[in-house]
Amino acid sequence: MSCKPYVREVSKTTWFLSQPRYKRYMAREVTCIFIFAYTFLLISALGSLADGPEAFQEFLNALRSPLGVLFNLVVLIAAVYHSMSWFNVTPQAMPIQRGEEFVPGHIIVGAHYGAWALVSLIVLILGV
Amino acid sequence: MSERQIQLEVLRYNPETDSEPRYQSYSVPCMNEWVVLDALNYVKDNLDPTLSYRWSCHMAVCGSCGMMINGEPKLACKAFIHEYTDQIRVDPLANFPIERDLVTVVEDFIAKLASVKPYLIPKKDQPISAGEFKQTPAELKKFKQYTLCINCMLCYAACPQYGLVPEFLGPAAIALAHRYNQDSRDGGRDERQEVVASDVGVWECSFVGACSEVCPKHVDPAGALQQVKVASTIDWYKEHLMPWVKK
Repeated sequence: MSCKPYVREVSKTTWFLSQPRYKRYMAREVTCIFIFAYTFLLISALGSLADGPEAFQEFLNALRSPLGVLFNLVVLIAAVYHSMSWFNVTPQAMPIQRGEEFVPGHIIVGAHYGAWALVSLIVLILGV
Repeated sequence: MSERQIQLEVLRYNPETDSEPRYQSYSVPCMNEWVVLDALNYVKDNLDPTLSYRWSCHMAVCGSCGMMINGEPKLACKAFIHEYTDQIRVDPLANFPIERDLVTVVEDFIAKLASVKPYLIPKKDQPISAGEFKQTPAELKKFKQYTLCINCMLCYAACPQYGLVPEFLGPAAIALAHRYNQDSRDGGRDERQEVVASDVGVWECSFVGACSEVCPKHVDPAGALQQVKVASTIDWYKEHLMPWVKK
């Protein structure tokens, strides 16, 4: 080793701007904040439900306001992006070997989308 | 064979005279079939014999010529000139200190690699007369892709986590630990886990996935690390919820 190796400092705040793949990673991570925010909405729904029918109706009216619809739309987009970015890497984290060969990645990813669609359908049926 | 004139911008650093690195530009007549390593060799042979860089096999096997080419970790012997414009910027591998020019200090990686015991630790010793340890094709396939790692360190240069937390054990070392853990002939997982599952081990990984994207041998270190996380989590639950179950 030389007596004077040169260390290139990495910025702790702007490192992810240097590569498109780092930006994609940050997008995946940041979208979870919207899902986190949505859990507060659900908790406040429970709170208003506990306060009685009038409070709950008020909550539903707030949801139907332009701001409420916009919030839901933004969270939905973020949640879909977040979920898809994780579904697409599941074959790496959970490879399945049957006999000698590994199950192709698209089948593992497809199974996740299938399960997602099924759960969404059940929620839709229960909600109607 | 067609010839192209390219501008090769190379980061230079001489620890004896320089306080910081600087770019030096070379005009290189390149054959279209050349790789960036050929262009560097042309500079070394014809323009500037002081230029320092590592290389050996010229066929993506030895893993010596890893460097940043236009900001992307690449093996210089596998980066074809025809895939680039007439201006190519070459830097030493990111996340490693610069020793001189394109030569980096790699002792940190070598020590980390050794710390995961990347070799077979048999479950129990047996005499040579007992014959070979047999393995089925399915058992071999379970870890084979990881045996293709050539320790070129491109995955460390791509890993932002290693750049931010230099103590992190890193992609290749953990992927190689996983390679031996997955081997049916091996019994050394508990020894490796002490390092791999430590607080500078696999839990530093946040699954950016860049390591697998840049691997020149199509190994999937990011996948290996996630599988190690799953296995380590199962270990934790077994230890805390079912202490009577032996690992």
